Amino acid sequence: MSAERRRFLGALPFLGALLAVGTSSVGALLAVPLARFAMYPLRRKPGEVAWSDIGPTTDLTPLAAPVKMLVEIEQRDGWRKMISTKPVYVTRTAEGRLRVLSAVCPHLGCSVAWNDSRRQFSCPCHVGVFAEDGALVSGPPPRGMDELDSTVEDGRLKVRYQYFRQLVTTREIIA
Amino acid sequence: MSRLVDWLDRRTGLQHLLREALGEAIPGGARLAYVFGSGLLLVFLSQVITGVFLALYYVPSADHAHVTVAYMVKEVASGSFLRSLHAYGSSAMIIVVLLHVAQTLIYGSYKGAREILWMAGCVLFALVLGMAFTGYLLPWDQKAYFATAVGTNILGEVPLIGEWLQRLVRGGADMGTLTVSRFFVAHVFLIPGAIFAFVGLHVFLFRKAGPAGPPSVEAGRQRTELFYPRQLLMDVGFAVTIMVCLGAIAWMWPAELGPEANPADTRFLPRPEWYYVPVFQWLKYWKGSSAVVGIVIIPAIVAVFFVGLPFFDRSPERAPSKRPVTVGAFVAVLLSLALLGVLSVVEDRRDPAIAEQLAAQREVDRQFTAEPFEPEESPASLKTAKAALADPATARGKAIYEAQSCDACHGDAGQGTPGASALIGLAAKYPADELQRVLKIPTQEMTDGGMMPVDISDDDLRVLVAYVNALR
Repeated sequence: MSAERRRFLGALPFLGALLAVGTSSVGALLAVPLARFAMYPLRRKPGEVAWSDIGPTTDLTPLAAPVKMLVEIEQRDGWRKMISTKPVYVTRTAEGRLRVLSAVCPHLGCSVAWNDSRRQFSCPCHVGVFAEDGALVSGPPPRGMDELDSTVEDGRLKVRYQYFRQLVTTREIIA
Repeated sequence: MSRLVDWLDRRTGLQHLLREALGEAIPGGARLAYVFGSGLLLVFLSQVITGVFLALYYVPSADHAHVTVAYMVKEVASGSFLRSLHAYGSSAMIIVVLLHVAQTLIYGSYKGAREILWMAGCVLFALVLGMAFTGYLLPWDQKAYFATAVGTNILGEVPLIGEWLQRLVRGGADMGTLTVSRFFVAHVFLIPGAIFAFVGLHVFLFRKAGPAGPPSVEAGRQRTELFYPRQLLMDVGFAVTIMVCLGAIAWMWPAELGPEANPADTRFLPRPEWYYVPVFQWLKYWKGSSAVVGIVIIPAIVAVFFVGLPFFDRSPERAPSKRPVTVGAFVAVLLSLALLGVLSVVEDRRDPAIAEQLAAQREVDRQFTAEPFEPEESPASLKTAKAALADPATARGKAIYEAQSCDACHGDAGQGTPGASALIGLAAKYPADELQRVLKIPTQEMTDGGMMPVDISDDDLRVLVAYVNALR
């Protein structure tokens, strides 16, 4: 190592450290918004689902059997929104409370159909059978039909359409 | 630590490189006047980084550009800050370029076998102006659209090839989605690529010629100082100061986004960014047949003198006081530009109709920026509705499609899901009767995929197939 080189490098530690700390702290400060910006899509919470309107409860008063209704749901895909219709079943409990069931089979996601003559729900894909209240009767599904959050507001039934994890025994929101 | 450095050094020659970079001899010693070049490089680097991140959300087309910018500004975390940093960064580039040019010119640093170095710098200056011009259109809001409409109109004034040039830049006679694509490509690929190349050339030639030092050659001879540590400290200090100022301005006064461009708006008054205002004002004085003089001939003469400066000003004398023509001409051009800028502002203020319209435009921009983000409705959700409404048979078919739970696997609009293939475009592959047959008795491949036979009346089946065929 030449004497010049040694002298040159000898000056490095103090100033070099000062420069390194100064610039890297400014750099780190600027890296925070960059990271937040890039990771924004990862931070969207699944809880923010809007209420979709099903219709006036008066239309659902004489409810002898579960009735299939179509709800319009808005799905966000980044900067665009997709409006799609999803089928749900509206039923009434023994106490007269309205319940809304997702038509998505908890087995593999096919749409469950109501069979009026047998008074049962059946899934066309793998013959899962559910009772009038959505409880599992027979077949491969691991649990009964999923109930969706619903509420009555100003005489209109509203539902929060969500998707649930398939092939597990408990109702687990995924989106 | 030292073993790691040695290991790296043996493989990369890092120590040698570092010594070359930091051990550069500066005649006359370190000065604050020399910080602008590296400062410029750092702001450019910041523009590259923020630009790459903005591209994560931006879509270069006339129907999506504005909504994607609105999305990143209003919804995405730190989006407004990063876009402001990028937008104000362009102003910082212009300011530091001007400081860098002024320093070089006043110090006479372009002299002494530095002609190519100077000209490479001139190309970089033009490229920076080009970045500012092309980037301005990309948000596709009112002011972006109309400022660029004016800017590209000026191209049409160029003799002989003007109209052709304008169409080339716009991608057609009018501004539209092809213009956005072209400006995007220029802003993101072509000009930055050229900037990297010319920065490389500029820095290489600078190291070849060496720092010019102070205008007084004696002062340069008396004392020489290495780049490290004092000059490096000044350079880094300047760069950090610019970045901190930019960050503070972007944080406190975020850049605004106006409503989406509306080419039908006849009332909108286009006004360019501040650095183009002098040019904008200058062009007002040249109308009709004389336009060519003001738009092409005079700027071309100024440009030739500017680029060719090292060839015209050949004396070795560098002291500004002994070069009154060059320094005087430069100061005169700067003052004229400043005067034109002031005149433009004064004229806008003096005319009440213009002042009112400009104030109204600013207010509209402010309001739009404050409004919550409105997502764009995907055309996919409208198409199926249209298909269903167009023909009663397909409307009935859609009902059957849903009743048979076809939508569960093939999607609401036949677009397909992870569970089953898309049905869109099936009509091209199968004739209607063939489709009816495989729906009744699916092929082995279909059954393996989980498809169930469709057990409905022939009439219903015919309607279902009509719906599937109508899917687009």
